[in-house]
Amino acid sequence: MRYPFPVGKSDFIQGDEAIARAAILAGCRFYAGYPITPASEIFEAMALYMPLVDGVSIQMEDELASMAAIIGASWAGAKAMTATSGPGFSLMQENLGYAIMTETPVVVVDVQRGGPSTGQPTLAAQGDIMQAIWGTHGDHSLIVLSPSTVQEAFDLTIRAFNLAEKYRTPVVLLTDAEIAHMRERVYIPTPGEVEIIDRKLPANEEEAKYPFGDIHGDGVPPMPIFGKGYRTYVTGLTHDERGRPKTVDAEVHEKLIRRIIEKLERNREDIISYDAFELDDAEVAIVSTGIVSRSAVRAVKILRERGVKAGLLKLNTIWPFDFDMIEELAERVRKIYVPEMNLGQLYHLVKEGANGKAEVELIAKIGGEVHTPMEIVERVVG
Amino acid sequence: MYLKSAYEIRDKYLRKDMLPTIFCPGCGIGSALQYTLRAIDDLKLNPDEIVWVSGIGCSSRVPGFVNFDGLHTTHGRALAFATGIKLANPNLKIIAFMGDGDAAAIGGNHFIHAIRRNLDVTVILINNFTYGMTGGQVAPTALKGLRGTTAPYGQFENPFDIADLAVSAGANYVARWSVFNYLQGINSIKKALQKEGFTLVEFLSPCPISFGRRNRMKTAPELLRWYQKITVPLAKAKKMPPEELEGKIVIGEFADRDRPGLVREYGAYKKRAKKMMGWEE
Ligand SMILES: Cc1ncc(C[n+]2csc(CCOP(=O)(O)OP(=O)(O)O)c2C)c(N)n1
Ligand code: SF4
Repeated sequence: MRYPFPVGKSDFIQGDEAIARAAILAGCRFYAGYPITPASEIFEAMALYMPLVDGVSIQMEDELASMAAIIGASWAGAKAMTATSGPGFSLMQENLGYAIMTETPVVVVDVQRGGPSTGQPTLAAQGDIMQAIWGTHGDHSLIVLSPSTVQEAFDLTIRAFNLAEKYRTPVVLLTDAEIAHMRERVYIPTPGEVEIIDRKLPANEEEAKYPFGDIHGDGVPPMPIFGKGYRTYVTGLTHDERGRPKTVDAEVHEKLIRRIIEKLERNREDIISYDAFELDDAEVAIVSTGIVSRSAVRAVKILRERGVKAGLLKLNTIWPFDFDMIEELAERVRKIYVPEMNLGQLYHLVKEGANGKAEVELIAKIGGEVHTPMEIVERVVG
Repeated sequence: MYLKSAYEIRDKYLRKDMLPTIFCPGCGIGSALQYTLRAIDDLKLNPDEIVWVSGIGCSSRVPGFVNFDGLHTTHGRALAFATGIKLANPNLKIIAFMGDGDAAAIGGNHFIHAIRRNLDVTVILINNFTYGMTGGQVAPTALKGLRGTTAPYGQFENPFDIADLAVSAGANYVARWSVFNYLQGINSIKKALQKEGFTLVEFLSPCPISFGRRNRMKTAPELLRWYQKITVPLAKAKKMPPEELEGKIVIGEFADRDRPGLVREYGAYKKRAKKMMGWEE
């Protein structure tokens, strides 16, 4: 396989470009999108690369269509991705819910910008955390990942595809305008260096009869993709294990929805990833995600220099959320600070996790600029 | 043409465990479905290579009843899903079964763009002038004066002529019949299924329950007589003055051309990309 970019070496590239290259290495061969700042460069890179690797890149009429197209492509057997920013992500929510309900592996990149509405198109924000987790209606679960460097944007994109395939679920890669447009050195591995996971297909006709049943006991049914003679019917309506609509049967609904949520819950350890800095003896903790974590790392160093035992927990997975881990942390520290580029979204999750065991304080900042390390330091030292 | 019995068609293509269907007595969706299955049968198409796609509405329930791969999606968006399926696996033949509200209201944007791209799909469109599933609200196809629960005093907006729209947007094949024109209907579907690019067969279909009841046509035969009254064959319509065509619906074949379909266009684009990058094998 020939790649349209150098592999097995480092390159100095933007976050958006890193996401596109990672997607291709992860096996993505279908991209559908609609242009929007600051995510357009992902699309432009995919448009350049996809025809060369025998994949498809298509500009749809809007984000509703983009989301629909990648779900269709996934059922036809392709690994598929779309990328957007806040307003487009809002439009995708209807079909994101469809992907959850039909257990379709797809990757959705949301490059956050200031909102609500068309807000601040060129400036970074972290205002879509709640939208990513809870944007679609009904009881549901999905996976949300969040990078803080361009290298992480690359690595987490590959991870997003792997998790989507492994758990037959949509995965949202939640990044922001800052990472999207910043250039950093990124190591682009050769395909042999990275683990690539493909979806479980039915082993035989019998397995294919239950495309929505827990036939292997792991909550993740094999996915009978179209055109293999399995005659699978896929619907966004509540359906039984065979995929037949059962819209007024409480038991069928409960069984389906609980399985969809629990297949992720019981694999929390595999899905949840985080980095801890200086947390072992910490008396105050900072919990953050994405771009703000970079200021937080520096803030921890400054605080330590000033004699404050500070540490950082950087969340790479935002959902499923590790409430227990936060509670354990809260038992060990005096106070938890949550710097984020919104008026308090991660804060709510952390506060719930802390469960009253430690005080939790929000360090909110909106308007487009990332917190400076000193802004965090000053709040911590009072 | 030798016609197999409806039982044979039913037994060969329907999912027995899904029967009975949700359709009301006198509904025309079943007829349009039967025509589609007869066309598939006549053409000896391989069911394993056909995917049925639909949005939301009574007509969109059809993929659930036929024993094929099927994707029953969100309201109006079937053709956007179909774009992904077809481009990801061009070997699959796609039949989109949709309602007039599904296609022309909420799905209007997807509809015109799928046609503009000449997406390789055959659309079977059930036009019952109403939103059947949600109980008889007006559809964008409703002729002026027709009643719906959301226009209890008679529709005051102008209707879309879906076939006309499809011709202008660039579809390769467009035909419209009422479900009572069964031979023309089957023949049109057969033609549509054999062509590349976007093909559309629209059926004026009785919905006695949600639509007829509110428009003084409670039964399918009453709707049949009304269709006979308001439909005009294309050849005849061409000779009629515009005033006389007011409130009438023209039926017939409106487009039959062979522009390259999206799959072929993308294939050529891929070749061009490789050539421009010096990647030819
Ligand atoms: C986003 C969204 N809006 C509204 C609905 C409710 N809804 C379901 S079917 C339908 C209309 C169906 O009418 P049509 O497409 O003409 O099909 P028919 O039922 O007449 O066959 C509507 C409005 C929905 N399911 N989703
Ligand atoms: S409501 Fe109308 S369109 Fe729907 S099944 Fe009944 S008759 Fe058919």
